[in-house]
Amino acid sequence: MHEKQALGGRLLTKPFWVLLGLAMIAGLLLIKRFLFGIGAVTNLSDGYPWGIWIVYDVLIGTALGCGGYSIALLVYIFNKGEYHPLVRSALMTSAFGYTLAGVSIFIDIGRYWQMYNVFLPWHINVNSIMFEVAACIGAYVFVLWIEFSPTFLEHRKSLETKRKLNKFLFFFIALGVLLPTMHQSSLGSLMIIAGEKLSPMWQTGWLPLLFLMTAITMGYAVVIFESLFSAVALKRPLDETPILGKLSVMMIPLLVLFLLLRFGDLIWRGQLGNIFNDGMLGAFFLVENILFLIPIIMLASAKNRTKPTTLFWSAGSMILAGALYRFDTFLVAFNPGVGYHYFPSASEILITVGIISIEIMAYLIFVKKLPVLPAIKHS
Amino acid sequence: MNLERRDFLKVLSTGALTAGNVTSVFAGIRKTLSADAVGILYDGTICIGCKACEAACKQYNDMPPESANLEKARGVDGIWDESYDLSEKTLNKIKLYEHGDASTRNSEENGFAFVKKACMHCVDPDCVSACPVTALTKNSTTGIVEYDKDACIGCRYCMVACPYNVPKFEYAEAIPEINKCEMCNHRQVEGDIPACCEFCPTGASLFGKVTDLLEEARKRIKLVAGSTYEYPMRSLDEGDVSPKTVAPYINYIYGEKEGGGTQYLLLSAVPFTKLGLPELSATSSASKSEGIQHGIYKGMIAPIALLGGLLYGAYQTTKNSEG
Repeated sequence: MHEKQALGGRLLTKPFWVLLGLAMIAGLLLIKRFLFGIGAVTNLSDGYPWGIWIVYDVLIGTALGCGGYSIALLVYIFNKGEYHPLVRSALMTSAFGYTLAGVSIFIDIGRYWQMYNVFLPWHINVNSIMFEVAACIGAYVFVLWIEFSPTFLEHRKSLETKRKLNKFLFFFIALGVLLPTMHQSSLGSLMIIAGEKLSPMWQTGWLPLLFLMTAITMGYAVVIFESLFSAVALKRPLDETPILGKLSVMMIPLLVLFLLLRFGDLIWRGQLGNIFNDGMLGAFFLVENILFLIPIIMLASAKNRTKPTTLFWSAGSMILAGALYRFDTFLVAFNPGVGYHYFPSASEILITVGIISIEIMAYLIFVKKLPVLPAIKHS
Repeated sequence: MNLERRDFLKVLSTGALTAGNVTSVFAGIRKTLSADAVGILYDGTICIGCKACEAACKQYNDMPPESANLEKARGVDGIWDESYDLSEKTLNKIKLYEHGDASTRNSEENGFAFVKKACMHCVDPDCVSACPVTALTKNSTTGIVEYDKDACIGCRYCMVACPYNVPKFEYAEAIPEINKCEMCNHRQVEGDIPACCEFCPTGASLFGKVTDLLEEARKRIKLVAGSTYEYPMRSLDEGDVSPKTVAPYINYIYGEKEGGGTQYLLLSAVPFTKLGLPELSATSSASKSEGIQHGIYKGMIAPIALLGGLLYGAYQTTKNSEG
């Protein structure tokens, strides 16, 4: 049992007010969206029916929310208890990431009042990858809050309830690993049906495995990044560096496997030459893969893994790599045909910014009021 | 650390997910045409671009004209329809191919030609496979791809999936729907044929059973250019014909094989890629995506086995802990 404590301190700081302002701008734009339709606030078109709300808020947002999944996989399934101190804050970020992805889906879909059809047996289509993704993400949001609930129970001193919950928690922990394994791979499978509309450099039957591998590595990277960033931002000691260094090793074999599969598949399908043929897409491909390569190189030596700055930048590069891979697969390399273009509108971006602001505000409220972060050791 | 358990779980989690993946990537053609499937044969070589089909389509499907720019310039309302392409208000669309001085009809060089865009009513539709809530369905008799707005959640995955960009979303509506050609289903149940075929003055849009239409199309592409052929009008069953001079057909029926085949077939004297029709493989993308998905989730064995392993692992690690 590792001691956790609420940080305490003033909540309504200057950055908090800025975040609140951004969230309110997004709120006003959302009123416009619901009164006048999706076209009133977005640049979406018949060719590009999905924009940043889906690609950033859902695809990248849930991958950034894979910290809870990646750490739970280590701690509970591979029995690496030493990472237990990271579980709680990772689960919290995951719960935020996934909940807000759910909110984004609600905002993005046109006939939101019928959203529950995805869960009605007489409506569901088991051939649809979207059904698998929607049902799994819906279930996982629920599982995440149950996994995180001991924190609330501790805060409210409901220790008897917590003890009872602990008896069943293993069931939710198992589901909490199964569901992301399923939907993070399916998020990749979503694009297989786009067929020829997706560039052959990204279109492959291996999409589900490639997406799953990057989701897990992004999960580790987010835990490292967030831990170091919040330590500096909230002026806490960098106590967790050694364990983060150990954790960073997990990314290396996964990333090496990812790149082997990515390039092996391209060579097998005879598509590698396209990197040099297609100017803009080739450039995106190269940047994407260099970003994947950076953490492998930076984290290769054990000495580097003890330095917080190296850990920070390699985790940052990993997050960017996974994010760009998703952006490329769903938007940059997606070409519906002549005449269609997409770049998000200001309103579209501001709504996404507002959602990110809500996420950061919730993080600040939670770490200040609830026992999430490890207690500071006074020596 | 229990090594055996770790290995067991590793094999289970990675192996189960990838094994199904590789074996079933190429699922091949898996859906065939129903014997009573109906379709439209559009012969671009005899189309005169009059757009009577567009007007009829709008009238019989209660679709408003699209007329923003021209009408604004003239200060009128509801006179012209000037949609640029298929849209949420335009379910079929005649488009013009032009090259050079556009002097010769049905010629790739210095010529012009017409093409009609509408839902292709695929034999194995990607949109139907994509829809999470079964709002898009393929009629088992007619093969018409139908839409049910009461099921639809507006996720627009059908638009991502369709290789022809056919399903259109009402972005300007607070209560939006997906719109696409349903081959005038409402007219067909009353014994009528699709409006675009009914009102086509040349027989360029021809209604009939897909098998009959395919036979007709095969006959036409073998015709000698310059000879005279009696082109059937409106519907193959009607028997009304109109004699016309045969254009130099491209020896290809677009829709016979594309993505596993379509019930809307096209003929042309200008290469189909020049007309904006995509080059597709002979199997649907849905067959690939479903092949992989059903490979992984076959009988739910892999997920259940994985859950079993995870339950065991999670139980072992948490049973003695206080959380």
